[in-house]
Amino acid sequence: MAAIEILDLEKSYLVGFWRKRPKLALRPLRLTIEDGEVFGFLGPNGAGKTTTLKLLMGLVFPTAGSARILGMEMNDPRVKSEIGFLPEQPYFYDHLSARELLNYYAQLSGVPAKGRSARVEQMLERVGLRDAAGVQLRKFSKGMLQRVGLAQAILHDPKLVFLDEPMSGLDPMGRREVRDLIQQLRSEGKTVFFSTHILSDAEALCDRVGVIHQGELRGVGAVAELTSERQAKIEIIFCATTVPPGLTSLGAEARVSGDMVNAVLPEEQQDAALEVLRRERIKLISLTPVRRSLEEYYIQKLRPVEARKNEIPKADDQKDKDDDRENDARIEASRKGVGA
Amino acid sequence: MNSRIGYIAFNTFREAVRDRVLYNLIAFALLLSGAAILVGEISIDIERLVVVNLGLTAVSLFGVVIAIFIGIGLVSKEIDKRTLYTVLSRPVRRWEFVVGKFFGLTGTLVVNTFFMAVGVFLALLYVAHKFEKMDVWVLAALYFIVLQFLIVCALALFFSSFSTPLMAAVFTFALFVIGSLSEDLRGFARITSGVGGWLATAIAYLVPNFSALNVINQVAHGDPVPGRLILYNTVYALLYSAMAISGAVLIFQRRNLK
Amino acid sequence: MSTTRRVNLVAGAVLLLSLAGALTALGAIDRLRQPSIPQQTLYLRSSRVLRRLSLGYTGLLADIYWTRAVQYFGIQHHNDSGDFRLLAPLLEITTELDPRLLPAYQFGANFLAPKPPSGAGLPGAALSLMKYGIEHNPDQWRLYYNLGFLYYTEFKDYAKAADAFRQGAALPVTSEYMSILAARMAQHAGEFDTARMLWVTTYQSTQEARIRQNAVEHLLALQVDEEVTQLEQVVEKYRAQSGRLPTSMGDLEHAGFIRGTPTDPKDHPYKLMPDGRIEVQDPQKIPFITKGLPPGMSPPQPAREIPPEPK
Repeated sequence: MAAIEILDLEKSYLVGFWRKRPKLALRPLRLTIEDGEVFGFLGPNGAGKTTTLKLLMGLVFPTAGSARILGMEMNDPRVKSEIGFLPEQPYFYDHLSARELLNYYAQLSGVPAKGRSARVEQMLERVGLRDAAGVQLRKFSKGMLQRVGLAQAILHDPKLVFLDEPMSGLDPMGRREVRDLIQQLRSEGKTVFFSTHILSDAEALCDRVGVIHQGELRGVGAVAELTSERQAKIEIIFCATTVPPGLTSLGAEARVSGDMVNAVLPEEQQDAALEVLRRERIKLISLTPVRRSLEEYYIQKLRPVEARKNEIPKADDQKDKDDDRENDARIEASRKGVGA
Repeated sequence: MNSRIGYIAFNTFREAVRDRVLYNLIAFALLLSGAAILVGEISIDIERLVVVNLGLTAVSLFGVVIAIFIGIGLVSKEIDKRTLYTVLSRPVRRWEFVVGKFFGLTGTLVVNTFFMAVGVFLALLYVAHKFEKMDVWVLAALYFIVLQFLIVCALALFFSSFSTPLMAAVFTFALFVIGSLSEDLRGFARITSGVGGWLATAIAYLVPNFSALNVINQVAHGDPVPGRLILYNTVYALLYSAMAISGAVLIFQRRNLK
Repeated sequence: MSTTRRVNLVAGAVLLLSLAGALTALGAIDRLRQPSIPQQTLYLRSSRVLRRLSLGYTGLLADIYWTRAVQYFGIQHHNDSGDFRLLAPLLEITTELDPRLLPAYQFGANFLAPKPPSGAGLPGAALSLMKYGIEHNPDQWRLYYNLGFLYYTEFKDYAKAADAFRQGAALPVTSEYMSILAARMAQHAGEFDTARMLWVTTYQSTQEARIRQNAVEHLLALQVDEEVTQLEQVVEKYRAQSGRLPTSMGDLEHAGFIRGTPTDPKDHPYKLMPDGRIEVQDPQKIPFITKGLPPGMSPPQPAREIPPEPK
């Protein structure tokens, strides 16, 4: 069963003072999130990530379309006991302490009174706020608030967790902790849907990602597929102050920094490149295959689209496979044509 | 379902208290004690009159101001500051939120009024040296003031459900002023004819009837409050509040949170 | 969706039902409070205190008190209580808060002086109210008119009435009747025409429904008084001529003194009594008449309801 099924969810606002014109914050979105996966929702600021989350949470009402969460209509109150939500830059009741807030939220989530305080303590421990549990939230730092936010999102043991920019404003240590938490959630069998514009996090954590831009879903695909080697390249780092001409003629893109050079070349030139370095007696530091990064995929998807189509964007990993097949066929044809 | 309303109400009360609302009691106590002592000095046989008039008017006005500002602060502020996001992502219905807030708010005011009432009676004891039988009616006046708060809170919530904090405060306050003159407004409507008359009648009947809830002067002169008035006012206040709250619920149900 | 719809339905139903209930309760509360409102209004009689309490909004407060005064009068009238003792203080407070609220003076002139149940029976209070009004509004001819009117109707002091009318006539903006009335006071004070002119002027000087109605009733009464007087004079002439009292209106008609059967303003024929007096068929229908009444009966009072405004 799919954890989330979004069916043509659409949101438009009326903007303007006198003559209100509709502004499409989210074009009809069709997306399915599988049970147990970690899904990253990528996009620049203002792309529609938060709008999508607010629609799913029922904080904002769609102008068209619907969604099913855990098999139930998204407006069904029963859904709410199975999901957790961490909004972007969360605000909480300042006057409460962390413990009081979590206790209040536990009450509202229907956590039975019997194990409630134990569960709260457990959560505080888990997010590392045990020492600050009695301090009023108005005194909390951003990182601490983020942790409280995570705690309240998972304290009722939901099946599905929504996180909006969970790493925002955190220092590297904090981000590491959040990443660990998400890994833990995944290993507990929970589904995690989080939005971010930090690609490295998405690459490290997600099973699948979707790219959204200007309210439109531009592409969806499995991380593993999208970052697999397509363009076989290698990266050579060596000691030198200039780029040896031999390498340039092989088609290397090189960058010099201090007394080191960083050059990227097609994979088949690997042996030739090493030969150049050996000949020039240049000291090799490292040689690694270059994997296509998520960044490329992302930027590609962000480019403006010629025609506006409302069809389901084919999963890009699927599309890549199809392109591969096409390319292979073409190469095969040309080889046949040219002759062996 | 009901327990959630209770939790929300309690949290609202806690927030109001921690927001130092109860500090107003200090100002109130100072005002009342000062007046009582002053009146005690002058002693021209109207001590009771002054203490009751001043004390009850202060309870009423302080309370209305608190009701408006806290009421609006608590709801509009929540919508503004998005504390609601994490609350509504839980199995809390929107209507439960509104109703819970209402109970929390009125609960705060009842507690506040209780302390003020103690103050008024202490001041009365101080200037009159003993309680008279007619002082019982001061309780009736206080009860009416609490009914008044019920309506004001309901209105504050109603306006908060769709307008900005400032506008909600202005509207609620305006209705309080107009409502205090509602009996005169109905009188005026009765002697006006034509379109103006219809308009005046509509407004005069829809505006909350605070004039009948103000028996301060009566009670200061020791006049009794008719039992039937107590009954009718209670029914009216409860129904009017229910009306405003259901309006708030209906609006809040379809509100897109920013 | 169904939960949302259910909540909406319940909330909507609660809203409508509580609205209906609240309005009903409101009606009940108003009925309960009605009698005691004016008394409560006057807990605070000192206009100085009121002025301070109004925080500068004296105009508004004056308007409120004026509304209450009119309401009070209407209710007391409706209940036929004959008790208007709060009218004077209400009008005094109104005019002290806003000395330029002219309708208050006119109301006072018409309803403070007459005896209950048509008025409060306080001609002295009415007089001082008019004088106060003139003091603060020396250019308003209507106030001089009201003063003269009071002197004429309540005090029968035609000299002072004439003075008042004369002063009013001398104003830059005035009614043409003022000088005429001033002149008439001298010689024709007791005449029907003078009184008639007065009530016509009253009618024309205001838009207030009750005052106008009152003026019309007085005019009709004058008409009756005049007609009865004339008819009784005719009866006297008949007796002088034929040596005996006429037995019916027919006798008078035959003798050529009258044409047709004379009827009163209510279209009822006048009755000729055996002792030669003329009586009105139904005195209760025509208030304020002093003639045409059975012996010993005092002038009837106007009906409770306000009839529709006469055109």
